[in-house]
Amino acid sequence: MSKSFDAVIAGAGIVGTACALELAKAGLCVAVVEPHVVGGGATAAGMGHVVVMDDSEAQFALTHYSQQLWQQLAEELPAFGESEQRGTIWVAADEEEMLEVRRKQAYYNARGVTAEILDAHALAEAEPNLRPGLPGGLFVPGDSVVYPPCVAAHLMRRAQDHGAVLMPGRSVTAIADNGVRLSDGTNVPMGLFVNAAGSWSPELDPGIGVKKRKGHLLITDRYPGFVHHQLVELGYLKSAHSMTSESVAFNAQPRSTGQVLIGSSRQFGAEGAEVEAHMLRRMLLRACEYMPGLARLRTVRTWTGFRAATPDKLPLIGPSPGRENRYLATGHEGLGITTSLGTAKLLADQILKRTPSIPFAPYLPSRSMEHDAHA
Amino acid sequence: MPMPETVSLRINGKELSVAPGTTVAAAILIAGHSAFRRSVAGTPRGPLCGMGICFECRVTVNGEPHARSCQIECMPGMEVRTGD
Repeated sequence: MSKSFDAVIAGAGIVGTACALELAKAGLCVAVVEPHVVGGGATAAGMGHVVVMDDSEAQFALTHYSQQLWQQLAEELPAFGESEQRGTIWVAADEEEMLEVRRKQAYYNARGVTAEILDAHALAEAEPNLRPGLPGGLFVPGDSVVYPPCVAAHLMRRAQDHGAVLMPGRSVTAIADNGVRLSDGTNVPMGLFVNAAGSWSPELDPGIGVKKRKGHLLITDRYPGFVHHQLVELGYLKSAHSMTSESVAFNAQPRSTGQVLIGSSRQFGAEGAEVEAHMLRRMLLRACEYMPGLARLRTVRTWTGFRAATPDKLPLIGPSPGRENRYLATGHEGLGITTSLGTAKLLADQILKRTPSIPFAPYLPSRSMEHDAHA
Repeated sequence: MPMPETVSLRINGKELSVAPGTTVAAAILIAGHSAFRRSVAGTPRGPLCGMGICFECRVTVNGEPHARSCQIECMPGMEVRTGD
């Protein structure tokens, strides 16, 4: 008879490992099942941009809460976590987007988040490799950059310090009320199950509305000082909002190595992990519109990953509808690194009946997720 | 017409003359440098494969970083910088 666990978590990405640590710290006996390696899926594929976002009040609340948790974590994070408070600059391409800059600044400032408007001159001074003539941008100094797979490994080790058990190289093949069966035939008795399997989570909890949204990224050789802040075009909002099948947006991020990470693309309906030349081309042409000098940099590697997208762009945190003793911590789309820490707190608050720091109702999987066609 | 006997270039600001056809990697070694570049951890690196595969011999040539010095012939007036 195998040892019994209070909780079995499927997925050792940044969300699963953060949940493991939170539950283990609270005294629960936790097992984490991971078919591949810790932090090897979307966690390794993403940019590692810890960012406060304002698509909705609920998104702001979770990203802002999570960013505060990241600031606490940064103090204990080993150097390999590559945590750097770079700040984000939302780059405006025209006067219409400058209106959005002013709206966004007012929104952030009203909620205690520092955000400064950069005029054309200040923007050019902050990022000399941006194309000349851009009208300005919004600088959000509290945002940061991390290396997510190493953070996930750190969270897993911390969870193991609190007694959690990692079960690598196996997947969950069946879930019953009192235990799970693993792909190697092991039966693991448990009290509750947490699905943190990212874009693969619908395989374990069919019907939860999570869809794969493919993304491409590219990293260059080392060019220290080429980019100073995480740069995102304000048009990104249009791209991220768009529910059309394919879109690209300019994203550039300085790594502590001097490398430049370039994104981003979004695709629904693309199931294969291969790099698609037409998407890479569109993404890089977009990036070069904003930073023409990128065209001269040497590429080291390109890759893809799958975001776990939900119709209303909010994650699923809480009981899996209609399934006893089963919880979801998935559907984080492009914000899973940022919101992993807040997710873990809100999940543990529900399981342990603690008072949450922010309301968890907007993220309950049982909510109505009608897609707003006008968003 | 006779071939020019030497090609003059500058390595880290210092003039050097080499035989035509000399690679930049060879010229750097002739100039007495062994640290062609620095790894991400700051350790010195130099040419290993000599055939453009290992990328260990990268230097800055005429302002362009990450040029594989073993694959480039010295040209008159070339500016080479090592140690980046």
